[in-house]
Amino acid sequence: MDALILQILNGLDKGSAYALIALGLTLIFGTLGVVNFAHGALFMIGAFCAVTLNRILTLSHTVIDETRTDFLGKPLQVDVPYVYDIFGESAGNAIIDWSVPLAILFAIPVMIAVGVIMERGLIKHFYKRPHADQILVTFGLAIVLQEIIKYFYGANPIPTPAPEAFKGSFDFGTMIGFDPNIIIYPYWRLVYFCFAVVIIGAVFAFLQFTTFGMVVRAGMADRETVGLLGINIDRRFTIMFGLAAAVAGLAGVMYVPINPPNYHMGMDFLVLSFVVVVVGGMGSLPGAVLAGFLLGILESFASMREVIDFIPGINQVIIYLVAIIILLTRPRGLMGRKGVMED
Amino acid sequence: MSKLNLTRRGVIQTGAVAGAGLALPTYLSAAGHEGFTNAPTGSTVTFGFNVPQTGAYADEGADELRAYELAVEHLNGGGDGGLMNTFSSKALEGTGILGKKVEYVTGDTQTKSDAARASAKSMIEKDGAVMITGGSSSGVAVAVQALCQEAGVIFMAGLTHSNDTTGKDKKANGFRHFFNSYMSGAALAPILGKNYGTDRKAYHLTADYNWGYTTEEAVRTSTEAMGWETVAAVKTPLTQTDFSSYIAPVLQSGADVLVLNHYGGNMVNSLTNAVQFGLREKQVNGKNFEIVVPLYSRLMAKGAGANVKGIFGSTNWHWSLQDEGSKQFVKSFGEKYGFPPSQAAHTCYVQAMLYADAVQRAGSFNPCAVAEALEDFEFDGMGNGKTLYRAEDHQCFKDVLVVKGKENPTSEFDLLEIVEVTPVGQVTYDASIFGGELGTCNPGA
Repeated sequence: MDALILQILNGLDKGSAYALIALGLTLIFGTLGVVNFAHGALFMIGAFCAVTLNRILTLSHTVIDETRTDFLGKPLQVDVPYVYDIFGESAGNAIIDWSVPLAILFAIPVMIAVGVIMERGLIKHFYKRPHADQILVTFGLAIVLQEIIKYFYGANPIPTPAPEAFKGSFDFGTMIGFDPNIIIYPYWRLVYFCFAVVIIGAVFAFLQFTTFGMVVRAGMADRETVGLLGINIDRRFTIMFGLAAAVAGLAGVMYVPINPPNYHMGMDFLVLSFVVVVVGGMGSLPGAVLAGFLLGILESFASMREVIDFIPGINQVIIYLVAIIILLTRPRGLMGRKGVMED
Repeated sequence: MSKLNLTRRGVIQTGAVAGAGLALPTYLSAAGHEGFTNAPTGSTVTFGFNVPQTGAYADEGADELRAYELAVEHLNGGGDGGLMNTFSSKALEGTGILGKKVEYVTGDTQTKSDAARASAKSMIEKDGAVMITGGSSSGVAVAVQALCQEAGVIFMAGLTHSNDTTGKDKKANGFRHFFNSYMSGAALAPILGKNYGTDRKAYHLTADYNWGYTTEEAVRTSTEAMGWETVAAVKTPLTQTDFSSYIAPVLQSGADVLVLNHYGGNMVNSLTNAVQFGLREKQVNGKNFEIVVPLYSRLMAKGAGANVKGIFGSTNWHWSLQDEGSKQFVKSFGEKYGFPPSQAAHTCYVQAMLYADAVQRAGSFNPCAVAEALEDFEFDGMGNGKTLYRAEDHQCFKDVLVVKGKENPTSEFDLLEIVEVTPVGQVTYDASIFGGELGTCNPGA
C-alpha cells in the first residue's frame, strides 16, 4: 500500500509536466490545426529563462582576495554580485535564492513574445500545408532553438536550485499513519504539482469564463463560421499560440530545481507529450490533462522493482504500450472529439 | 546440356564486380605506403582527434580538443613544452615527431558508435590520419578501437571507464591510459569501509548499458568482499531524466547506502533527485544514509552543483594534485585557456604525448613498432606517478584517486577534494579475469 501511494505521488509531479506541455500542444492543435514539434523546445526555453534570470541576478564584479590563491597560485578573484552592492549581502542572497519563482514574472512576457514571433514569422506559412510539412518544419525549428541554447549555455546541465525554504523533503507517511521514512516527498515537487494545477485551472477558466475564451472555443469548433461573423479569429489564435508557449515555458521554469536544465531537455519531453495528446484525444484539453497525469502515474508504477522483476523492460515501454491499447480500443483517445484528425 | 553464353559486356560486368569485391578488404589501407597504413611521406604527420563535438558530452569533448591542441603545440616546439618538461622519457625534443611537424584533423563522435566509426574512418581514409584518439564513452571507444584494428592504425583511447575496453573487447592496436571500473571499486571500497563501516546495506541504481554493468559489478564485488550486503540492484534506462520513481523506494528497502552507477546527465539527475528526496538527511539502521558516485568527473559534478558535497567517488586525475607533472600541466593548460583542465583533457593530452614518444623511441610510425614501444613501457612525470602500460591488455596501471565533493568550494572548478591516492598495487588485477584476446598487431597496408 505504501509503495502504491509513493508511486502515485511520484506520478503526479511527472504527470504535471506532461499535462502542462500537452495542454499547450493541444491548444495549438485545436486552434491552429498545427502539429507543433517545437513545443518541447518552448519548455526548454522556459527553463533557460530561469537560468538567464539567475545569471542576471548573479552578475558580478571581481575583487582580489590576497589571502587566497587560485589554481595557478595567483591571488584569488572573488565574484561579488551587484545585487549585494544594491541591496546588501543578506537581501541580495535572498533575491538570488528566489530566482526560480521570480523567473515566472520574467518568463511570461518572454515566452508570449517567443510564441507570437514563432507563429507570425514561420508557422503561419504552414497552416494550409500537410501535417507532415508542419512536423518537419517545427522539428527543424526545435533543433535550431536547442543548438542556439547550447551555443550560449553549453551542453552540460546547469544547476538552478529551489529556494532554501523548499529544499529537502517531508514525511508524508507519518501524516497518514505510516512509519517514518516510508513515504517521503520533496517540497519542491509538491510546489510543482500545485503550480501545475493552478496553471491548468487558470487556462480552463480563461477559456470558459471570458469572452475571448468563448470566441476561441467557438473558433476551435467552427473556424469558418466565426470568421463569417466578422471576428478576426486569426489574431486570437496567434494570441493563443503565445499563451500556449507561456504555459510550456512556465512548466520549464518551475522544472529546473527538479532536474538541472540542459539544451536537450525539450526533446526528452516532446515525444512523451505527443503520446499524451494522442492518448487524451487530439484537440481535447481535458483529455490532455487527464492523460498527462494518468501516464505519469503509470510510468512511476512501471519503475517499481517488483514490476520490473515481473516484466523486465516494462519501465521503458509502458507509455507506448498504453498508447497502443487505448488507440486500439478507443481510436479517438480517451476524450477525443469526432472529426479531429479524421478524414 | 547447358550452353555457356559469354558476352563482352557480361565479362566486363562480372570482372568489375569481382574486382570491387577483391578490393573491398583493403579499403581502409588504400593510402598505405611503406608497409603500413597512412605512412607519412612528406614533412608532416596527421593525428585524428575523434571527440564528441555535439551531443550531451560536447563540453567534455571541447576540453579534450583543447588538450590535444596543446599537445600538438608542445610537440611542435611551441608554448612552454608542457609535460615534456617532466616526462621521464626524454625522446621528444619539441621538433615534431621523427622530424615531421604534427598536424591534426578532428571528427565528431556525437557519443554514438556509428557516428564515431564514420568520423574515424573518414579521418583514416580521406585525411591520412596515422593515429586516432579521443572519445567520452566506452561504447564509442570499443567501436572505434575495433575499426582502428581493422584499418591498421593505433587507437589511443580517451575517456573510457568500462572494463571491456581493455578486457573482453581489447585489441592489439588499442591502448588506454584512463582507469577502469574495477580500479574504481578496488580504490573506493577501503575508503567507504573506513568512513561508513563494514556493516552496510547497499542499493544500486545502474545505467542500463555496458559501462553501468561493469561498474556495478566492480563496486559490488569490492564492497561485498569487505562485508557490505547488496539489497537491490535496479537498472535504469539510459534515457531516463527523472529518477524519482527509482529513488523513492530506496528507503523502504532497508538500504542505508545508495550507489549511483551513473555518468554524465544520468549522474547529475539521479544525484539531484536523491538529494531532493532528503536521503542524506535520513537515518536508517541507526546510521546516516549515504550516497556514493563511483566515477566522478568535475565537468559533470558542476551540473549537480551543491548536491555533490560530501559524496565519495573516484577519478583518474584532478588538477589539485601537487606532483610536478600535474602542476606543469595545470600551468600550461590554465595559462592558455584560463581555467584548469578536466580529467578528460589530462588523459587525452597524455595519450597524445605517449604515442608521440613511442614513435620517437621506435623510430617508426609503423603501428606494430609503436605498439611494441608502448607495451610494458614504464614512465613517470605525467601526473599520475609511476605508470605501466601493461603488455597483456594495453591498460595503464597507476595510482587511483578517491575524491569527495568539497564542502566549501572557492570557485566553480573547486568542486572535488582528494581524499586518498590509492597505490597502484591495490588496483592491479590479473589481465585474464575479463577475458578477451588482444590478437596480433595489424599494420594495415
